[in-house]
Amino acid sequence: MSDRHDITLRVNGATHHVNVEPRYSLADTLRDACGLTGTHLGCEHGVCGACTVLIDGRATRSCLVFAVQVEGSEIETVEGLAEPDGTLHPLQQAFWEHHGLQCGFCTPGFLMLALGALRENPDMDDEELRDLIASNLCRCTGYQNILTAVRAAADMMRAKAQPAPNP
Amino acid sequence: MSVIGARERRVEDRPLLIGAGVFVADLNRADQIHMRVVRSPLAFGRLLEIDIEDAAAQPGVVAIWTAADLGDLGPIDFRMTRIEGMEPYRQWCLARDYVRYVGDPVAVVFAETAQRAEDAAELVFCDIDEQDPHLDARAEPVAFAPDVSPELMSEPAVLQKAVGDVDAAFGQAAHEVAIEVRVGRHTGVPLETRGALAVPGEGGTVTMYGAAKVPHYNRGQIARMLGLPLDAVQLSEGHVGGGFGIRGELYPEDVLVCRAALAFGRPVKWIEDRREHLIAANHSRDQAYRLRAAVDPEGRVLGLDAQFFTDQGAYVRTHGATVSDLSAALLPGPYLIPAYRVRGHVRLTNKTPAGTYRAPGRYESTFARERLMDAIAARLGLDRAEVRQRNLVPESQMPFRRGLDALGTDVVYDSGRFHDLLERLCAHVSWDDLQERLAGRRKAGERVGVGLGYFVEKSGLGPDDLVRISVLPENGIRIVTGAASIGQGIETAMAQICADTLGTGLNGIDVVHGQTALIEKGMGAFATRATVMTGSATKMAADALIERALDVAATLLQAERASLSYADGTVHHAASERTLTLSEIAAAWDGGLGAEATFVSDHMTYPYGIHLAQVRVDPATCGVEIERFVVAYDIGRAVNPTLVEGQIVGAAAQGIGGALYEEFVYDEAGQPLAASFADYLMPTAQEVPAIETIVREDAPSPINPLGVKGAGEAGINAVGAAIASAVDDALERPGLVRQLPVTPQRLHAWLQE
Repeated sequence: MSDRHDITLRVNGATHHVNVEPRYSLADTLRDACGLTGTHLGCEHGVCGACTVLIDGRATRSCLVFAVQVEGSEIETVEGLAEPDGTLHPLQQAFWEHHGLQCGFCTPGFLMLALGALRENPDMDDEELRDLIASNLCRCTGYQNILTAVRAAADMMRAKAQPAPNP
Repeated sequence: MSVIGARERRVEDRPLLIGAGVFVADLNRADQIHMRVVRSPLAFGRLLEIDIEDAAAQPGVVAIWTAADLGDLGPIDFRMTRIEGMEPYRQWCLARDYVRYVGDPVAVVFAETAQRAEDAAELVFCDIDEQDPHLDARAEPVAFAPDVSPELMSEPAVLQKAVGDVDAAFGQAAHEVAIEVRVGRHTGVPLETRGALAVPGEGGTVTMYGAAKVPHYNRGQIARMLGLPLDAVQLSEGHVGGGFGIRGELYPEDVLVCRAALAFGRPVKWIEDRREHLIAANHSRDQAYRLRAAVDPEGRVLGLDAQFFTDQGAYVRTHGATVSDLSAALLPGPYLIPAYRVRGHVRLTNKTPAGTYRAPGRYESTFARERLMDAIAARLGLDRAEVRQRNLVPESQMPFRRGLDALGTDVVYDSGRFHDLLERLCAHVSWDDLQERLAGRRKAGERVGVGLGYFVEKSGLGPDDLVRISVLPENGIRIVTGAASIGQGIETAMAQICADTLGTGLNGIDVVHGQTALIEKGMGAFATRATVMTGSATKMAADALIERALDVAATLLQAERASLSYADGTVHHAASERTLTLSEIAAAWDGGLGAEATFVSDHMTYPYGIHLAQVRVDPATCGVEIERFVVAYDIGRAVNPTLVEGQIVGAAAQGIGGALYEEFVYDEAGQPLAASFADYLMPTAQEVPAIETIVREDAPSPINPLGVKGAGEAGINAVGAAIASAVDDALERPGLVRQLPVTPQRLHAWLQE
């Protein structure tokens, strides 16, 4: 296990040169080598989804991906979600408005899960949203407020994306 | 406008939303080493030898400890509900003589990286003389550690409580109704696993990060166990990824990281993985009840004779007999039941040790009691709401003294309008019409039904809480409390109570909790106590702060104290039209402006509620789908209705898990079969329906200055009871469900009977 690799990761638009063992998961690497601890590990076997990040736009469990597999990919984590000036992303704002978090441990995973899905399909209906949200586990909220928040954010994001209707 | 009762957004959310939360795994210190626990692979056996040679030779290994390296380090003591004679059943930090469950810590490996520690741990070999495990708490007790103390049997305690003349009640009874029911083994399972980072300081001191729930108590215990003065140990709480009763209790790993940090003079970090969590952190529930009721011709319960068995697992951990004590005390719930007798057997088995999980002893006893009420209704041909209505404690008898104690306090229901809440719920769902509609659907071939569960909760366990409030000269207010945050929103709740009293906004109120270095005492956050206890202390401290501000302002303004008034963060002197804000007073006065208060309470407060479930059973798969779930709950007074509803809905989801999905199953050898999230099934958004909440403030608590009762456990209490009742109704088989969780396999087997 002593062989290590120098790899370059692109995370939230920044470049990270890191030295990893081949067995290091992307999640561990983001947390330990890149210092991005917003990505959380809840199970390390791909069920809970707390570690969800976007890899080339697709929501992925970062505990099930090795860091050495994603060289050259664009990775997005929760730290890249808000504007540089601190303005919250509509998803973050909606989670706050609708009490979509309690302990907040699973929250980054839900935010990234929803972000990836809404970029792919901004017009998800409630049933599709429930199906999506069922990908991850939350132990505090009972999901109701997460669904409400993602619905509200989806509506907000769609309204933002469309030009204002003609008077 | 009153800030109490406002749906304020939480003050703690921003860092959690932007990935800036600081959970214990996020902390690192230069030169830290990592601890990995080697756990017993067998459920029961004599521990003969631990071979660490190969492991110790691995690169990066700093040290390996077994029990032999721990000297006279004692076992983990009871935090609550200590009963004479339970001491020999406590858990050592590392197993000695015997291993008693799969997951029992036998050694710890310290290495330069987490990966190295894990690699080396796999090479530690335990020579164990395997023996047949004891896995049924209802079976006759066996020897706890046969070769070492053959006289010590696996029943550490039997709790007995009684009130009234039970035998006389059975003598007068028109009907005798008996049931036997069980609640499966499941637990809190927070999304963040446990962890700790112990950092050595100057002069033999240590600070442990990753504290939760009861930092002050744990600090005292760690100091005592390591033979250190109290001042040498500090605990610090960061963000905590869910509590639910299990997290933050003192576990062997907490003591070991502190001891190691002191021994090696380096920071020591330990982060549990999920498999470890599911076999090592406290399990809960797992009780079997035998109930016998003496019933009059109208369905009133004259007497209740109860026996139950709590499967406490391998050892008695910090909670002592808490779960059994609460089960015994609150089994009668909202009903009069004038004569009651209970024997609660605390039994040990070769499973993971158990402690409390949200609504401990109530989720279980409510399930048992409400199954009994359904059985009485069925026997007498009464409507299920009607039989409950006939037995509820009437408002005229409040405060209602049960004549029993719970957690060392007399059980006195402080206030309640039990009948009124049942009427409101029945009106909300149109109970009679609903039953008719469901009967119609059943006639058309659907398996649909509705069920009820009525419960009394308890909250606000004393004895006291201290809060200090100081006004910062640069325009802010700081509340320091020994309470703890486990994600429940305590910062927002305390800030609202403070702002409401001071007449200020929430902005600028900073709530500091879980830091033993900043306040000398604190009870933490458990037993739904924080809003009642810490909230009341916050209210009193804020009141005292206003008085102090008036005192100081009188001197500063050279005015009569009586000529001053206070409103909205400002002292006014009407005669001179001069004003001083709180921060101006703090800046002008040598020593600043602050106040403190301690709220003391000998009694818990008792909120109450009803759960209603409507389910549909798929006859092909025996799967149960929840079509509708309603929680009616009287909280006395809601500090923040959004947070109260959030607590209720989240707890209800957990209750659904325990009612239908979650179960720690063991095979005959005592091997855990649910040690991953693939096997331990927690509900997802697909399994949890929209939960309707009816939050009432009809019966404020008379025993605290705010009138509040707690919210934490309301949503979970009667979920199992209500779902069981609904499944019975759907299948038109009263009494069919007698065990939780109602898995498809179990339901299928019952239907074959």
